[in-house]
Amino acid sequence: MTMTHMDANSHAHGSRMIPPTAFAGGERPIAGAGLPEKISVRNLDFFYDGYRALKNISLPLYDRQVTAFIGPSGCGKSTLLRILNRMYDLYPKQVATGEVMLDGTNILSPKQDLNLLRARVGMVFQKPTPFPMSIYDNIAFGVRLYEKLSKADMDERIEFSLRRAALWDEVKDKLRQNGMSLSGGQQQRLCIARAIAVKPSVLLLDEPTSALDPISTAKCEELVDELRSDYCIAIVTHNMQQAARISNFTAFMYLGELIEFGNTEEIFTNPTKEKTSEYITGRFG
Amino acid sequence: MTMTNSATLAAPVGGLYHRRRITNKVALGLALGAAGFGLFWLVAILWTLLYNGLSSINIALFTENTPPPGGEGGLLNAIFGSVIMTTVATLVGTPIGVMAGTYLAEFGRNTKLAEVVRFINDVLLSAPSIMVGLFVYEVMVVRMGHFSAWAGAMALAVIVIPVVVRTTEDMLKLVPNSLREAAAALGAPQWKVITMVAFRAARNGMITGVLLAIARISGETAPLLFTALNNQFWSADMNAPMANLPVVIFQYAMSPYEDWRQLAWGGALLITVTILLLNIGARLLAGLGTTRK
Amino acid sequence: MTEIALALTEQASTTRRARRQRLQDAAFRNATLAFALLVLLILGGVTVSLIDGALPALRAFGFGFVATEVWNPVSENFGALAPIYGTLVTSIIAMAVGIPVSFGIALFITEMCPAWLKRPLGVAIELLAGIPSIIYGIWGLFVFAPFMQSTVQPFLISTLGQIPGLGNLFMGPPYGIGILTAGLILGIMVLPFITSITRDVFETVPPMVRESAYGLGATTWEVVWNVVLPYTRTGVMGGVMLGLGRALGETMAVTFVIGNAHRISSSIMAPGTTISASIANEFTEAVGDVYTSSLVALGLILFLITFAVLSLAKLMLLRLQRKAGV
Repeated sequence: MTMTHMDANSHAHGSRMIPPTAFAGGERPIAGAGLPEKISVRNLDFFYDGYRALKNISLPLYDRQVTAFIGPSGCGKSTLLRILNRMYDLYPKQVATGEVMLDGTNILSPKQDLNLLRARVGMVFQKPTPFPMSIYDNIAFGVRLYEKLSKADMDERIEFSLRRAALWDEVKDKLRQNGMSLSGGQQQRLCIARAIAVKPSVLLLDEPTSALDPISTAKCEELVDELRSDYCIAIVTHNMQQAARISNFTAFMYLGELIEFGNTEEIFTNPTKEKTSEYITGRFG
Repeated sequence: MTMTNSATLAAPVGGLYHRRRITNKVALGLALGAAGFGLFWLVAILWTLLYNGLSSINIALFTENTPPPGGEGGLLNAIFGSVIMTTVATLVGTPIGVMAGTYLAEFGRNTKLAEVVRFINDVLLSAPSIMVGLFVYEVMVVRMGHFSAWAGAMALAVIVIPVVVRTTEDMLKLVPNSLREAAAALGAPQWKVITMVAFRAARNGMITGVLLAIARISGETAPLLFTALNNQFWSADMNAPMANLPVVIFQYAMSPYEDWRQLAWGGALLITVTILLLNIGARLLAGLGTTRK
Repeated sequence: MTEIALALTEQASTTRRARRQRLQDAAFRNATLAFALLVLLILGGVTVSLIDGALPALRAFGFGFVATEVWNPVSENFGALAPIYGTLVTSIIAMAVGIPVSFGIALFITEMCPAWLKRPLGVAIELLAGIPSIIYGIWGLFVFAPFMQSTVQPFLISTLGQIPGLGNLFMGPPYGIGILTAGLILGIMVLPFITSITRDVFETVPPMVRESAYGLGATTWEVVWNVVLPYTRTGVMGGVMLGLGRALGETMAVTFVIGNAHRISSSIMAPGTTISASIANEFTEAVGDVYTSSLVALGLILFLITFAVLSLAKLMLLRLQRKAGV
């Protein structure tokens, strides 16, 4: 857990410096102050068919850090994640208000092109979702949407993504096989590779290991640990040990509200809110 | 105490329970009888078909054209015509059905328009096929001034469309939303999500629908009676009347000539076997799709 | 510098691509919409062309068309009463046979037959539903009609035909072909349809509901009659209506054995005709506008009847679906 106190100065690259977001539970000094904010969520509300599912959420997602979202089922953590790539737009009667700034632009703006946004914000789902095509085509699918690559470049991109997803050695001899023929854990890493291949700068992981066995889970966690150096990662998890193991920051949500946000270590060792400590000690949830 | 206990467990003679058991036995006996009765006739039909049809299946059936009364011959031109018109109808009807089904499953969910289209489509699905024949007669045959294979094929296409619309919609609805979300999450526009991911995932089911549609039109007689009409000779001209199995079977069976009646049985067996094979194929394919999921 | 320029052109090409994709999305969406509308257009086309084709006859005969029995191509005088009567009576006979037998088969498959037989039997029924109607017709002509003539009809004449009143239905010589034969063949033909729907509908009953009825000590029959059937009533009715729709519009199974006689006889063993059989038998031979138009007008009447029946069937099945929460 050494990375929780990374030196802010070593992260001066790329992302614009944005005034730190004010967030709920701000009684202690702002967690991660000085780190570049990749995404800033400000006063976010979300409505399903008139029902208010998220209430005034504000928090930062720092670049090259892993932020975990924990909380009991139905607390809105997956909903929040699905706002960050506007997945909710696929369904009618779902509305988000407030601001979600990604690199300084508000992605909730109706002018935002959704496909471009989603190409920049990759997502991996609860259950593996390999497309019904070969392993190769699964990964090439997203790449071909925005780039015209030569065969050699495409091969290279696919190898790169599979290597990053720690799947290359297992599938390099059967790239033409159907993606569905892989085991559950391999399928999930294939989905991660597929997301990486598009070269996003943010990765959203929605309970990525909930359908996996312990060994595959461990592999996926190692992978997240490696990917942290290149991406801004947000992960929703039911598993508090997992949140503690792999995240730098943790947000605890309850009934659509952000109860507490902070360094993972502090949240788990010294939560400021009663609810948080009840949840992490297993008294409810 | 023990006496009463054992008494309630054993079936008492007479009384309410006895009557209930008798009612049950009689009712189930009747159901069994009905099942036996119904299945008997269905089996009888297949058996007669097999018995009469097999004796007229020979090489000539597939190599010679329909004969004049009293002559020797086969069903070659009718088989050819049926294959041609079925193919054209499938090629025309499938894309239309797939597109319309896609609208219902992907774009029109929960819209009033989709509900209306779905309803009308279901009505078309079981509408009497002879009305389709009348429709195409009015629209094509009258306008063109003559019967033609085109008109026959279009009549069959009109029957293909609702079948394909229905299965396409049903199969696309079985594709889990997570798959669509996963494709959208990569930045894929909706039409690519649908054509490259959802269609692929639903492929087996959609092919099943097309096979079922082909099975359905291969036996249709009524819509061809006054569109493609019939042709005693070999013809590959889509602008002229064309022979086809169902109409030949109809005319030959109604004729007084024994040879023709034999040919009609042969053709009937041929059609039935084709349709059964198509249905079984469709079923196997659909089965493949479900086991893999 | 070049790096920035490169980044800029890349960005420009990406936005161009995004715009193109939006256009393609709209094009695809509108294309599917157009084809969906085409489905409506087909039904509209059927309606308009039938009305258009039927106009000369309706103009010539007015509403008397549906009320007169006469059908005379020579004097060009046409009335639809006989075919309408034949259509309705054959369908009633078909339903009288088809409904109880289908119910019996569905009951047998869902509640009585051993598990290993369930699937094969269900599949067999569905395969039988795919057999084209012309097969039923040709079997009816060559096998069933002679059997009716030699065995069933003489028996009916000598028994039921002797009863005063009711006997009128079973009078006359045993032709073999006729309304009764056609109705019975239709009944056999709709068996697979009604059975497979009834069976599907029976299986929508949640196992818990069924089991809790058995758990109270109900017999199989009581479970079916008091629980399953009430639970699925609208669905079963929908299936029956679909079967009725088939029977009303069926052409080939009837045309072979109906006799094509445009008259209404008191005996159901006499030859008669139905709407679809009249069209199939006479359309290509019809000479003159009024004759053809009268046949199209028959088609229009059939269209109206079946449309009403099928709509009702569809609405009933929809209601069941809503209840089952599908």
